[in-house]
Formats: sequence, structure tokens, C-alpha cells
Amino acid sequence: MTTPQVHHLFHAPIADHSFSTDKQTLAVARENNVELYQQSGNKFALSDELKGHEKTVTSVDIAPNSGRIVTCSQDRNAYVWEKTPSGWKPTLVLLRINRAATFVRWSPSEQKFAVGSGARVIAVCYFEEENDWWISKHLKKPIRSTITTLAWHPNSVLLAAGSTDSHARVFSSFIKGIDTRPEPSAWGERLPFNTICGEYLNDTAGWIQGVAFSPSGNALAFTGHDSSVTVVYPSAPEQPPRAMLNISTRMLPLNSLIWNGETEIIAAGHDCEPFRFRGDENGWQLAGSLENKAGDAGGAREESALNMFRQMDLKGQASADTKLKSTHQNTVNTIRVHEEANGAVSSFSTSGVDGRVVVWSA
Amino acid sequence: MSQSLRPYLHVRSSLTAALTISNFASQASERHNTPQVEARDSPELLLNPLHISRNENEKVFIEPSRNSVRVSIRIKQADEIEHILVHKFTRFLTQRAESFFILRRKPVEGFDISFLITNFHTEKMLTHKLIDFVIEFMEEVDKEISEMKLFLNARARFVAESFLTPFD
Repeated sequence: MTTPQVHHLFHAPIADHSFSTDKQTLAVARENNVELYQQSGNKFALSDELKGHEKTVTSVDIAPNSGRIVTCSQDRNAYVWEKTPSGWKPTLVLLRINRAATFVRWSPSEQKFAVGSGARVIAVCYFEEENDWWISKHLKKPIRSTITTLAWHPNSVLLAAGSTDSHARVFSSFIKGIDTRPEPSAWGERLPFNTICGEYLNDTAGWIQGVAFSPSGNALAFTGHDSSVTVVYPSAPEQPPRAMLNISTRMLPLNSLIWNGETEIIAAGHDCEPFRFRGDENGWQLAGSLENKAGDAGGAREESALNMFRQMDLKGQASADTKLKSTHQNTVNTIRVHEEANGAVSSFSTSGVDGRVVVWSA
Repeated sequence: MSQSLRPYLHVRSSLTAALTISNFASQASERHNTPQVEARDSPELLLNPLHISRNENEKVFIEPSRNSVRVSIRIKQADEIEHILVHKFTRFLTQRAESFFILRRKPVEGFDISFLITNFHTEKMLTHKLIDFVIEFMEEVDKEISEMKLFLNARARFVAESFLTPFD
């Protein structure tokens, strides 16, 4: 296993990060701004700052093909940033929400993006040519609390959302004139806007922290605050799912997850390290951590007596246990696919509260 | 640390689980970001509070929520003197609450001292060290109070002796 590439950018929490398609640009949400880093050699150097939000930026996403950046913040706004010769130009999105925007993701088609919010709505935004602005349509029906996370189905119509009301839901965000009619799937055949294609309650009614569709789009996985991962296989429209498997663990809650093919999930969260789950419709299980911690264990035990007394004298404690053994030193907030081919992930990136972005090989 | 205190200090695992908090903007008031455990405006954002008690006089109360945790401690008070000492001691600390970051200015009712840990604290400080601090506080505070009581009694005896010597 190769060692992960660690980029320690600063000492502040990273709410979200996103790489451009060529992996040369890295966008990172830092407090009220979004910082853009350019790769130079092995390192990432600060190249630009996107300023405009007045409160904590909660999410950032770079569209893979068009290179547009969408950001959203607790000041209730979202901006679409486009690169012009004179720098990045923001366009305000008409979100029409009155609470914090919590999460934003481009649809795979890049025609739309969805913004989750604390106003119990998801704003599905698209570009209106006549007026030259980004407008939104609201998905709001059964949502009863803040949306914490979103994920797009590969067909760009279905949208999964996790919320603090302990439900993961699958909605249709079909917008006439923007989307082409999707192929019928296990989720549904006719999909007008705001169709609820699935509504799943976490087993212990914990908040949903992360959702993801499998590469084929025929399975949905979500993590809850009860430290479990649930995988749902839908059967047919309006029918109960074919299988709904809950994998409970003894770890701290997982915040974010990605699929690696159809039989593997990688998730990370408050334990500061990524974990692998393997399985299929017949059952899932935890396969272990991706962190290689074997080397550290020996070094920590061998401590000289001199060093111990020096620590006692200086700090009043025998050993300075201020460093965790994991690569991330604090909660991991986001995990994203870095490089993939046909759904098989070869590397993925994580970012966390410790200000680090780490690229791992899967 | 006495052996009987050891299980009580297993508060650590409960605190570790409770401190899985993250940034969360208020969904009740616009452009606000308040500790949910204090604001209490949406019941779904609060988790079940947890009481850990050694006996009726010594207990810990942990109230977790989406972006904050409140830890309240009731310190052992066997008699009147200890009661006064605990009151003076916690008062001394709470008046300097800014320098303690996680200390709540006013304890929760029924408790002597409360800590309010928000996501901003766990972002700036190491979570396991924060937990260590709370545990160490629980370990030390009993010792401190009984030491103060001994010292007070010794001093009272000394004062009484020297005061009454002339009348001997």
C-alpha cells in the first residue's frame, strides 16, 4: 500500500474540498472564503481566493467539464464562479431560501446543481437563458429538518438527500427543457418534479450524515449518526426495497462515503480515518481501516526515561500524546473520488477539520 | 485516585461519543449559528441526555446535541463546610470563564459547574485533550476540596488556640 499524500494547507477547518478534472486545482472552503490552490511539484500553493460570502462557506464543488465553481454558505447564498481573463467572476443564484445553505453539488450533466438548506428545502438550480441568471425550484414536501448532504444519480434527474430528521430520501428533480426524459429504472418510470422515489429511516433515528449512489445508480448508501452505514437496493417503483441492509459499527459516526464499484464502500468521519466496507445484496460488512498504523505503534512505546522526566518537568505529563496515530488529526468532513475508471476508484481524497487534504490510493 | 472512583470516570467513553459534533447553522433563526443545546429550538437536533452518578451527591450530566455538548458536574459535598468551599471554588472559576473557554458562566440547575463544548472548541482544540481536561477536573476537584477543608480546620484550630492562650 502506498503512503497517502498529505497536503497540510492551514490550521482551520475545511468544510469541503473539490479537485478540478486535471487535479491541478484544488478548491477549499475556509471560513468565509474559498481558496484555490494550484499544484506545483508535490505541493499545493495558494493561487486565488474567492471572496464574497459573509458567513462560513459550507460547501464547494467544481464542475468537471465546464470548470465552473459553485459555492454556498451559511449567509443563505450560493454563487457560481466563472473564470474570466480578469479573474473569477461570481454570479448570485436566486436560491429563495431564508436559512443557511448547507451543501451543494453539480449534477453529472452540469446543467443543474442542488443546494441543501436549513430552511427544510432543496433548491434545484438551473440557468435561465432569457434572463441570464441561475434560478431555482424547490423540493420541499416531506423534508422536516436541515438537509445535511446530497448526492446525484448518474442520470442527473434523481437526487438523494440526507437530513437531520433521520431520513434519506430520493427525489426526482426533473426540469422540463433542461433534462431529457430519463430511462425507467428501479427508482421510477415517470418522474415529474418532486416525485419521492424512496424514503428511508435510519434504524435508530440518527441524523443522516452522508449519502451516495452506487456507480450504476441502482443502489443507495447512507451513513447515520448512529455509526451505521445502510445500503438500499430498490426493487420497483412504489414497492418496498428489495433489500435494505444496515451495517452497524462500534466506531464513531461516519460523515461521508463513496462507492468503489458496486461491492465496496469507503467512508470516513469522526474516527479521523477512512474505513472500507465490502458486500453485496446478501450482506455487507466492515473490512477494516485503510490507514496503515502498524509502524507507529513500536515508536510510541520506546520512550527514554530522560525524555519522560523532561516532559514531566515542562508540561506536567509523562508523554505528549497530542498527536493522533491517524493521518488526519481531526474529524474528516468530506471524502471524494479523486481518480476513477468505470466506477472503480483508484484514488480518493479526504479533507477534515484539521486543515489537511489527503489523497489516498484505494 | 481511589479504586471506587475508577468506574465513575468511565465518563470518558460517553464524552467521546457525545463530542462527535460539527458546524451547524440555526434552522430557527436566520443567519445565526448558536449552540443547539442552549437554544433548544428543534427537538430533533438534541440527543438523549445522559446521567452518570456515583451517588446522589456526585454525578455528571451530559447533554449532547448537533453542534454542542453540555457537561454538568455535581461535586461531592458531605457537610456545610464543603458546601461553602465548593460554592466559593466554582464561583472563582466561573468568574474567570473567558480564560477557560469551555466553562459555562452559570451551572445548570442542580449542578455545581457546567462546561459548554461547541464545535468551534473541538475544531481549535484536540477532542481527546478536551475530554482529558474534564476527567482530570473531576479527579482533582474532590481532592482539592478535601484539602481545603483540612487546611481550614487546621487553621481554625490554630486560631482558636492562639486566641485562647492569654486566658489560659
